[in-house]
Amino acid sequence: MYSDMALRGWSALLILIACLACSSTLCPAQETSQKVASTNSAAGIAAWQQVYSVLTTPRCINCHTATNYPEQGDDRHRHLFNVVRGPGGKGVAGLNCATCHQSANADSTGVPGAYNWHLAPLSMEWQDTNDGILSSTAVCQSLTDHSKSGSLDGPGIVRHHEQEPLVLWAFQPGHRRDGTARSLPPLTHEQFVAATRTWVDAGMPCPQNP
Amino acid sequence: MQTYKLSVNGQTREVTADPGTPLLWVLREDLKMTGTKYGCGISACGACTVHLAGVATRSCVVPVSLVGNRPIVTIEGVGEDRVGRAVQDAWVAEDVVQCGYCQSGQIMSAVALLKSRRQPSDEDIEESMGGNICRCGTYVRIRNAIKTAAQQLA
Amino acid sequence: MSATTMLSSESGLSRRSFLRVSATAAGGLIVALYLDFPVRAQTPQAKTYPPDAFVHIQRDGKIVIQVNRLEFGQGVQTSLPMVLADEMDADWSHVVAELAPAADVYKDPVFGIQMVGGSGSIAHSFQQYRELGAKTRAMLVAAAAQQWKISAAQCRTEASVVYGPGGRSATYGELADSAAHMSVPENVPLKKASEFKLIGKDTRRLDSRPKCDGSMKFGLDLDLPGMKVAVVAHPPIFGGTPKSIDDKAARGIPGVIDVFEIPTSSKGTAVVVVADKFWTAKQARDRLSIDWDFSGVEPADTKQLRAKYKELAATPGNVAVTRGDLSVLNGTSAASRIEAEYEFPYLAHTPMEPLNTTIRFDGDRAEVWAGSQFQTVDQMAIAETLGLKPEQVTFHTEMAGGGFGRRATPDSHVQREAATIAKRCKGIPVKLIWTREDDVQGGYYRPMFAHRIEIGIGADGMPLAWRHVIVGQSLVAGTPFAAMLIKNGVDETAVEGAADNPYEIPNFTLTAHHPTPNVPVLWWRSVGHTHTAFVMETLVDELASRAGADPIAYRRKLLKPDEKRMRGVLDLMDEKSASWRNHLAEGHAAGVACHECFGTNVACAVDVSIENKRPKIHRVTVAMDCGIAVNPLTIESQFQAGVSFGVSQLMAKGAITFKSGHAEQNNFDGYTPPYIIDAPVAVDVHIVPSTEEPSGCGEPPVPVISPAVVNALFRLTRKRYRTLPLLSL
Repeated sequence: MYSDMALRGWSALLILIACLACSSTLCPAQETSQKVASTNSAAGIAAWQQVYSVLTTPRCINCHTATNYPEQGDDRHRHLFNVVRGPGGKGVAGLNCATCHQSANADSTGVPGAYNWHLAPLSMEWQDTNDGILSSTAVCQSLTDHSKSGSLDGPGIVRHHEQEPLVLWAFQPGHRRDGTARSLPPLTHEQFVAATRTWVDAGMPCPQNP
Repeated sequence: MQTYKLSVNGQTREVTADPGTPLLWVLREDLKMTGTKYGCGISACGACTVHLAGVATRSCVVPVSLVGNRPIVTIEGVGEDRVGRAVQDAWVAEDVVQCGYCQSGQIMSAVALLKSRRQPSDEDIEESMGGNICRCGTYVRIRNAIKTAAQQLA
Repeated sequence: MSATTMLSSESGLSRRSFLRVSATAAGGLIVALYLDFPVRAQTPQAKTYPPDAFVHIQRDGKIVIQVNRLEFGQGVQTSLPMVLADEMDADWSHVVAELAPAADVYKDPVFGIQMVGGSGSIAHSFQQYRELGAKTRAMLVAAAAQQWKISAAQCRTEASVVYGPGGRSATYGELADSAAHMSVPENVPLKKASEFKLIGKDTRRLDSRPKCDGSMKFGLDLDLPGMKVAVVAHPPIFGGTPKSIDDKAARGIPGVIDVFEIPTSSKGTAVVVVADKFWTAKQARDRLSIDWDFSGVEPADTKQLRAKYKELAATPGNVAVTRGDLSVLNGTSAASRIEAEYEFPYLAHTPMEPLNTTIRFDGDRAEVWAGSQFQTVDQMAIAETLGLKPEQVTFHTEMAGGGFGRRATPDSHVQREAATIAKRCKGIPVKLIWTREDDVQGGYYRPMFAHRIEIGIGADGMPLAWRHVIVGQSLVAGTPFAAMLIKNGVDETAVEGAADNPYEIPNFTLTAHHPTPNVPVLWWRSVGHTHTAFVMETLVDELASRAGADPIAYRRKLLKPDEKRMRGVLDLMDEKSASWRNHLAEGHAAGVACHECFGTNVACAVDVSIENKRPKIHRVTVAMDCGIAVNPLTIESQFQAGVSFGVSQLMAKGAITFKSGHAEQNNFDGYTPPYIIDAPVAVDVHIVPSTEEPSGCGEPPVPVISPAVVNALFRLTRKRYRTLPLLSL
């Protein structure tokens, strides 16, 4: 007595109801992924802000300049003694970074050090040419701009934050010549790496408002 | 106190010193090599410049514990080298020195420059020599002497 | 064979001029000459003659010449021997120079003490070294003449050889022994200028090579068997004393020998660490925990001093010079008036070689090694500290890494510290080292100064009336130099260059105040001229601007008619710089200045642009007149380098400032001298040909450069800069 068409109609209706149900608690998997998408974005941005808070600490940003010189100190003044960037970010002959900075901190003389001490390339500038720190959005966009030469992908950034000696240095920056300890970033290294991971896992979202 | 084997001007020298002692003072007081000078102790003036594995290095801020087996060349040894000799000869020909106290460091920086740039421009000279202080102010003749040395080496 | 002849009974030889001749056991002629200038010198009695005097001719022909003052960059260890060797007809390639130890015979003929300063090396010893060379030559000729049984007139000399008729010749080395027995001539003719072989010729320095290969030993490089090193913890405020000292940690460092207190020159007390090496001593000093007592000690403060000096400058002080009638100033309109206030900070000398002295005290004698500008004064101070007579103190003059006045201290404070330490460490040589921090913070600065000037301009655009007040510490009050330099309550060193300016200003009064803040002060290369030249030459520039006149032409008009030598240098500077001054690149401007300093007239023009908010000095053309130019190559060096030194005053971090009683700066990071980028790129130097008596070149380059640069800056920014250092453009 039920016709084929009625059966198809009922099937369609059932499928429709099933699909509608999927958007409610009746189909938890699909609903979670959408909710996760919005939750991840918020968490991702929050994680980014944590990463940003470290990147813009003097220990990191002093070498991520947009100029032909590094900065030094918590007040981020222009590095003294007329040192300049040089072609490879390692200074110039006679006045290389390695002229003073060795592969480890020299606490007896107050000079910080880590393996391969040098300036971040200009593509990794996180300041403007007036030594003003760029916004969170701008720095995030800089990190995620894959058209930049030397740019790293997500896993690359995690690895960089986890293993790069100059990054590690920021968390053990040694003592000044007056015996005081250099100020640390707001997170520990572990927290920094974890925040980086969270941000990367979230798809490296950038905050909207610059 | 620790014992270190240092390569200084091609010779192996052994010193016993506190690990934090700057290389400058190991050279001057343990090895009695006083050509490398103390001017400030904070790497501001360059009077303490030596070459460490070919890199101009301010020995007043490098603890002896971080030197390792990198060969050290000091002002006493830099003349063994063609570039070093040319720079010293140019310094004498151009009558550069006044009190002379900074000149060991000036020469070591100039040698590093000329080893990396055979014909340095005025800008190269200003950048590479930019961290060496001469209180007497012999900068004009330092520029001249670097150019003279470059000509000799050409 | 050893013969010593004291020729005091030689016919006609006056009490004030004598020559001592001796032959050494090793052979050779040693000649000592003590010469007293009748006009200006005192008559100190020379008590002893040191074994090595002025000229030692060795048998192999080597000629060792003693230089009677410190070499600290100015080139005197080449130029004074040149003078002597020229009159002596010596072979210059045989000449070796040594820095004479402290001894009466080496006293500056004009000042009567062994010293270097006031740009007086050539000025005061030119005649002395000429006569010494001429007399030595005469004795060598006499020896040859005697040997050949001919008259001296038949001999001639050239390049360390005496030639006689018939092809005879003998070298100075061969003649040295017999020359030692010749009588000393009272008067010998000196060469005519046309006969000079060395004087007036570009001559490279004798000490260049060792300064380029690390072999030159400076005072700081001294090493003696058993030597120890001392560093001193000075009170952070001059005159302070330790209330308590915790030296446990310091003494715990291996190699530390002793920790004890000593008096300081500021009537305070300091703490000494003696150790086997410098780094040990410094580490130990860093670990001292000292609680200081500053009661009764005034803490200097720059902010307070600036306010006080400004206030004082508005009131008349003690009169330095006055002429005419300043009432002309009343009622002048603003258009015909300049009122200006100038401020200058404390300046540190910071010679590249940190201060150091090594002394060994043996109870009945002492031996000293120091790069001292003031040997007589220092020797006396050390003797006094050790309870010895000066002649019991052997004082070696070491090569010094710069001085600029810092190594000439009337109170010999560093030497007294070293002697006190040596006394405690009897029998052991102790090298006292002041670290760079000690040096930058340790006082003895060029004082702070404030000037207030009111000028009434006449209808012709020339200054009609000029009221000038200078406020700044006296350098010599309370020292043995006070009698000589303080007149009517005015320290001449504070007003020189302004009080005696060369300009025709009919109504002129200059007065001075000398406040006494708790900061030790000292002469800094060119002394009063460091600030007076800046004030005079910027004001004259401003007057020229107001008059719509070219700055050089204006000066020509304003100079007193008898200022011939100043006009000479102005003309030469004009001539040598006109082509580039008239073809300045875009964004460049020219500035000029002229000033006389210690007898030498200087005029300069500078080519300046602004780069990175700082003045960039592309070129300096400088013309100078120092009378006879003994070594033009050294003179050129002095001016090329001296103007670079003078730029110190413009450096953004070129000031010592006080807060809570001590300097806020402690090393080159906070107090920064010019680096190569701060110094002029090119400097061409032009010497006015002259046969006048020589005057100095050590300080004259310094005063002109800062005013010339800011005069150029005015043309770029339309701003007048009256406060040094230049903070921002």
